[in-house]
Amino acid sequence: MWQELRTRLHPEGLEIVTVALDVEIEAARPFVEAAKPTHPSLIDRSHLVDEQLGVVNVPNGVWIDEDGLVVRPAEPAFPGQNPVLESLRAIDLDTLPPEAAEMLTEARKIQTDPEAYLAMILDWVERGSASRYALEPDEVLRRSQPRPVDEARAAAHFEAGEDLHRAGDHAAAIPHWREAHRLYPTNWTYRRQAWELEDPTRQGHTDAYDSSWFEDVKKIGAENYYPPVVP
Amino acid sequence: MILTDLHVDRARFAAGTGWSVKPEGACRAEICVPLPSEARAPDGQVDVEVVAERLGMPIVRDESHGFWALGPETRSGRALPSAHAPDLELPDFDGNPFRLSSLLGQKVLLVAWASW
Repeated sequence: MWQELRTRLHPEGLEIVTVALDVEIEAARPFVEAAKPTHPSLIDRSHLVDEQLGVVNVPNGVWIDEDGLVVRPAEPAFPGQNPVLESLRAIDLDTLPPEAAEMLTEARKIQTDPEAYLAMILDWVERGSASRYALEPDEVLRRSQPRPVDEARAAAHFEAGEDLHRAGDHAAAIPHWREAHRLYPTNWTYRRQAWELEDPTRQGHTDAYDSSWFEDVKKIGAENYYPPVVP
Repeated sequence: MILTDLHVDRARFAAGTGWSVKPEGACRAEICVPLPSEARAPDGQVDVEVVAERLGMPIVRDESHGFWALGPETRSGRALPSAHAPDLELPDFDGNPFRLSSLLGQKVLLVAWASW
């Protein structure tokens, strides 16, 4: 999704780094092989970018300037298009079973503004620190996710679960991930990753967890799934 | 970070948390939080419990598997305690480590995505 933009903007001084939040590296690999990135393409099995940069959903972008300063903290990031939402819009609802149609109807309410985000990136690449979208340090900190102790504890539980899952003890990971979900209910990456391992793609309700992607999205309204990007 | 011992060497603590234990305290970018002397164990290692308490890092114990998971700093109350980007080190898909700081001098757009 990002390679085209990288090819276009790398000569202007922008590097893109993609980070896959997947506890299973092989789940992410086919996407990387298809994209053939010429930029660094990394894997973050324990969701360190949640812990260290305040990522709570994907895709999320963070802007870092030439001096290593964050000039925009984690926020929804789309490079001029949102292919997932576009493909959802292309599906004919009448061809789906009722439950899937209901899910799709809700998912189509997800709000993103890929063109506005791309325009912001282009402005930053052209103007650097003079871009109105490159924020001052105080504003960056203020806009980064709140970090109460419960949410930090959730990060520790997520990492504990990932460590156990990676060691082959998936059953032992589940209580840690359940606790991460309870402690940090607004973090989607902890929940989506855990649901996906029980019910790939659909992220439906299973015995392992108390909710599903669709149930939780309906609760907040899909239009609130991504916060608006504040220029 | 995952720990099997609550005393770790400084380099490992810094790599796992982004906080370096120095004579002046626990430091990250421009921030240094003073530490009591017992934070530095006699063998030169870091006493994780003492540093974690000062930085507001929660420690989760998994008794049955014999390890601890250390959560991030909460003293600042925000995910970013400083605008200086953490020096993340993550592997690429061939397992080679990559450090974010190797891109200093360029603008970087870091994008988190997932297969799910």
